[in-house]
Amino acid sequence: MSPVLLQVLILFGGLSMLAFGGGTAVLPDMQRAAVDHYHWLTAREFLDMFAISRAAPGPGSLIVVLVGLKAAGLAGALVAFVAMFTPPCIAIYVLARYWHRAAESAWRALVERALAPVSVGLTFASGLSLMRGTEHGWLPWGVTIISAALFAATEISPILLLLGGAAALLLVGS
Amino acid sequence: METPKPVAPPGLASLFVSYVSIGMMSFGGGLTAWTRREVVQKRGWLDDRQFLSGYALSQLVPGATNVNLAVFIGTQLRGTAGAIACVAGLTALPLAIILLLGTLYLHSQGAATAPWLGPALIGMGAVAIGLNLGTGVRLARRNLSGAIPIGVTAIVTVSIGVFGLPLLYVMLAVMPLSLLLTWLTRPR
Repeated sequence: MSPVLLQVLILFGGLSMLAFGGGTAVLPDMQRAAVDHYHWLTAREFLDMFAISRAAPGPGSLIVVLVGLKAAGLAGALVAFVAMFTPPCIAIYVLARYWHRAAESAWRALVERALAPVSVGLTFASGLSLMRGTEHGWLPWGVTIISAALFAATEISPILLLLGGAAALLLVGS
Repeated sequence: METPKPVAPPGLASLFVSYVSIGMMSFGGGLTAWTRREVVQKRGWLDDRQFLSGYALSQLVPGATNVNLAVFIGTQLRGTAGAIACVAGLTALPLAIILLLGTLYLHSQGAATAPWLGPALIGMGAVAIGLNLGTGVRLARRNLSGAIPIGVTAIVTVSIGVFGLPLLYVMLAVMPLSLLLTWLTRPR
């Protein structure tokens, strides 16, 4: 394995185990390492890649594929992908197996009841954190609130909401 | 009732196909909303309580929350093969797409992108946040009753979502508290 591939493997493997609460938690560290330390890409490119990964379908953590691609080509992209997702997947897999075996136990029922309100709070918190983290003018705020209300109260297709949101910003916002 | 009782375990192919659709629909985020809609609401493979504990455990372990959740759900429903089917379904097409986009980007350095793309992406991102918040409202309506759960939800929402406290610390503080309160108020 070439030195760069090894660096990609170690960087993203390490970051993956620090990403508590999701991939966005380690974005600042990722930028510092990839831009300032290894000089794989410029700060501008990192921002562009963040935008691309947010716009593309799938998990936002796929930004690591773009960074790996710039650092070491297709092999770098694939190594970054494997390094970022494998350690957490193994950890949650072990936990899930254990959880599954405890299906009938009293403690699991208790933990489930205790986790439910924590989890509902995390759902709200992730939305609010994203709203704080992005430049939200009045129009995106309004779009967020209206789509939250419609999604919660009606059976409207989320695809329609996504198209509506894009249209609203195109027609009114620009 | 929005969430029917869990049915027979799904086949690996249906798990894979469902997760392909979850991955491909989640433009601009909103993965949690899409996952619950598919797995709980449309398919009835899990009920809300199972979904919620999976979601909390997926946040407790480091890594991308919704990839972790795919492993958790796949493992609960179909063991190791189920976990692989879900993660493969969730990531395969998005991986191919982002490789394509990345290659195009790196070969078109400096070229102007379509000017209408920016506002459209902001609008879709705003909706995706709304989908997750709307999922929170649905979950809250169906699963929170009583002052203690509502209080726990409020603490988590405000400390992380409004004050920006680190998620790990909040969970390490709030989970034991919630466990203790749940244990003290358990039905006897």
